[in-house]
Amino acid sequence: MAIWRTLRLLVAKTAVRSTNWISLRTRRGSGTVIGGTVGLAIAPGLLEALAAHRRVIVVSGTNGKTTTTALAVAGWGGDVATNDTGANMPAGLTAALVRSPSPRAVLESDEGWLGANVEATHPAVIVLLNLSRDQLDRASEVRQIAERWRAVFATAQSRGAVIVANAMDPLVVYAAFEAVNVRWCAPPTTWTADTMSCPRCTAPLHRTEERWWCACGLAQPSASSYLDGTTAVVGGERFEIPVSLPGSFNRGNALMALTALAEVGVDVRPAALRMASVDEVAGRYGVRRIGGQVVRLLLAKNPAGFAAMLESVEGEGDLWVSINARVADGHDPSWLYDVPFEVLCGRRVRCLGDRRLDLATRLWYAGVDAYVDEGPPVIEDRVVDVLANYTAFSDLLKESQPC
Amino acid sequence: MLRIVQVYPELLGTYGDGGNGLVLKERARRRGIDVELIRADMDDPLPAGDVYLLGGGEDGPQRLAVALLEEAGFSRRVANGAMVFAVCAGLQMLGSRFSVQGDDEYVGLGLVDAVTTRAPSRAVGDLMTTVGASTMVGFENHGGETTIGAGVEPFATVVRGRGNDGRVDGFRAGRIWATYAHGPVLALNPWLADAVLAESLGLSELAPLPSVADRLYESRCRALTKRSAD
Repeated sequence: MAIWRTLRLLVAKTAVRSTNWISLRTRRGSGTVIGGTVGLAIAPGLLEALAAHRRVIVVSGTNGKTTTTALAVAGWGGDVATNDTGANMPAGLTAALVRSPSPRAVLESDEGWLGANVEATHPAVIVLLNLSRDQLDRASEVRQIAERWRAVFATAQSRGAVIVANAMDPLVVYAAFEAVNVRWCAPPTTWTADTMSCPRCTAPLHRTEERWWCACGLAQPSASSYLDGTTAVVGGERFEIPVSLPGSFNRGNALMALTALAEVGVDVRPAALRMASVDEVAGRYGVRRIGGQVVRLLLAKNPAGFAAMLESVEGEGDLWVSINARVADGHDPSWLYDVPFEVLCGRRVRCLGDRRLDLATRLWYAGVDAYVDEGPPVIEDRVVDVLANYTAFSDLLKESQPC
Repeated sequence: MLRIVQVYPELLGTYGDGGNGLVLKERARRRGIDVELIRADMDDPLPAGDVYLLGGGEDGPQRLAVALLEEAGFSRRVANGAMVFAVCAGLQMLGSRFSVQGDDEYVGLGLVDAVTTRAPSRAVGDLMTTVGASTMVGFENHGGETTIGAGVEPFATVVRGRGNDGRVDGFRAGRIWATYAHGPVLALNPWLADAVLAESLGLSELAPLPSVADRLYESRCRALTKRSAD
């Protein structure tokens, strides 16, 4: 029987490789998901078999998964298996582990698939970044995700794992509270709209600058990892983190990646230096050229992501924003009214994407000067920031060229 | 002074519903009408208002909002002539009973003869209706099926989507208006925003206020009409 199982896994692995090769060659896909799907159909235990005997870090949360995963990979150094194309369901993880035989893996997981991915990969560390509203037309409401996470941490598979969790996010704390082995982190977290009421009892949450708590007893745990300006403190050790990516939220992502790496025995000081080499993640933050204009492409998919990104594009001059509402974005752009676009008052916004009129209307109500469909822009002698949601970002990546 | 109260945004604001308050305030302000947008926080007494806006919310927060509004004497405010514009969960809360999770049934505010039961499937997608001679466009995402009493006037007739039951959407009971189109439905339908404003101000019509919102409305009407015909 063991021989049959081994043979079946071998066939499945070959199928993953060849399907993805065909998918890439025929340009039908990016060659990351379809092969994994085929492989798992042949051998449902394939992901578990591939993950066995590896040290795995799983990263999940609404925002920052891909970036935190990339930072952890760079920080670990050397060959690390990873699903760096953002394919974060079991098929994507399977394809990533087929691609690399490295004994070390950092895998990002879709929030809704965390249970299945943890069950299959037996991670040493699970990083929980944050939870906020995202694509409500196709995903669950955010409190339901927190409940599902909670159930994951009650399972045997996650008991052996160290949970690296965001203490500033009440939904994450609620989900991880019963977990046995938690390292609480305090990354900069500004988005609070999804946790005005307690995730456990729905009573109003109390907040000060320093902490949050509820009358029911759920409260911000004291964090062992935190930031002090550009200095990080991880498990009592203080060191500089020279993050090249913009925004305080990316320093927070680096903090959580370093905390995870410390748990798998990585020396955090040199890891922090290695992380500084990351200045672009899957095209995000990259400087490119569209027409004659040099632009910096920034991805923001939901209100919390936009709120964080708007902070990092402070300055003057025009800004471009592109919004779509296709399947991968969620069909409902109502969330534009949850984004604090009012901070852009005084700047001019060029509205792009399928739903540029929804965006222009939102900006009109915010009192922000916006324009739509007025032909090619005047080329500016500076890098123009472009914020785009998921498919709008992919479109811009395709139509732009490297500088 | 027109006082617009956004009711418990921390509980009822899952789908950008706060946009409705912003839209009403801005459309009044830009016409030179003295207006104030007030947040009703759940820790504080319910502020006095001329229009109360109820948004959508997840199940637990929705039940808590009913309890808080009961306690705050919301029904008295409405009886005294305040206008209510409600979407999604806000609509369900105004009725006599609603089921949200499982088959548990909860008592609503009872301001309108309407009962919401859990539908076999969730309604997620574009909602297009006719309100009198006008077309309303929006997006719905809810698991309810609402039956209104014989004497209750529906808010609209469904062209596309589910609304209450696939035939009609929401209700209009005096100055209580409700629709399943969530989020910033007033941003998508400037004529409806102005109808709410005119009603709350006791005016028959308002001065025109051209903006890009008119283009958005036309483009959504075209997009949904095309898809309904397909």
